[in-house]
Amino acid sequence: MPRVVVDVMPKPEILDPQGKAVLGALPRLGFSGVTDVRQGKRFELEVDGEVTEAVLADVHRMAETLLSNPVIEYFTVHVDETVVTA
Amino acid sequence: MKVGVVTFPGSLDDVDAQRAVRIGGHEAVALWHGDHDLRGVDAVVLPGGFSYGDYLRCGAISRFSPVMSEVVTAAERGMPVLGICNGFQVLCESHLLPGALIRNDHRKFNCVDQRLRIDNNRTPWTSAYAEGAEVTIVLKNGEGGFVADEPTLDRLEGEGQVVARYLGGNPNGSLRDIAGISNERGNVVGLMPHPEHAVEDLTGAGTDGLGFFTSLVERAFA
Repeated sequence: MPRVVVDVMPKPEILDPQGKAVLGALPRLGFSGVTDVRQGKRFELEVDGEVTEAVLADVHRMAETLLSNPVIEYFTVHVDETVVTA
Repeated sequence: MKVGVVTFPGSLDDVDAQRAVRIGGHEAVALWHGDHDLRGVDAVVLPGGFSYGDYLRCGAISRFSPVMSEVVTAAERGMPVLGICNGFQVLCESHLLPGALIRNDHRKFNCVDQRLRIDNNRTPWTSAYAEGAEVTIVLKNGEGGFVADEPTLDRLEGEGQVVARYLGGNPNGSLRDIAGISNERGNVVGLMPHPEHAVEDLTGAGTDGLGFFTSLVERAFA
């Protein structure tokens, strides 16, 4: 079954306290060299049937009305072709 | 006046808000998130809490509940609507108010008696206060940082839509110390602190919050 992925990220100008917390934890675990962390959300939508342009347009509408808040977040949509096995 | 208080799954302060409405001299009407009508109320309070478990984003799921369609329609016609804490988040997600509330910049849940200044006493929820009045009202939130882009912040300040500001240090990273705002018309107000917890001397830090619930009356007789 095809899967459409929506990635939602805080806009660059919006403070991301969760990302900052992760960034702060990395050196404590001995990981060095990471200069910034931004934390977002990934939505995997299982789609019934073929992923047509109309389906993608629908997903865009879902992303801008519910999955993201355009005031503080931006999103990207892509189709995941990987076959999922149970 | 009949003041509706909406209960969403996960609302926490709905009963306190109903109580504050009654102490303010009004009839409190319980509204359920699944309701398709507002039961003839004259105003609506969206209370604090964790509606729908704060899943996705605070207020994001609540925005699409049946009762919110009614609230949005009524608010656009001028009905007074007050969103407290989670209710403020719901109002932003509903686009009845600009901006958004994000996680506190210091990442900790805050629970303090907060000093505030009432910057706009021309809303139906704040007319009982003197302009510039300094009050103490409980603040308790994890995601209370008010953010909006610079032009929006300038507009809010320029149009007098900043209703309340934090005094004595910014408790959550809110831009320009904003604790509460209104829409352009002034009938919709969102406030991060909890006036419904500051209406009786027996509990809390005093009765400075009562004005939010008595203002409606004073406006009616004005």
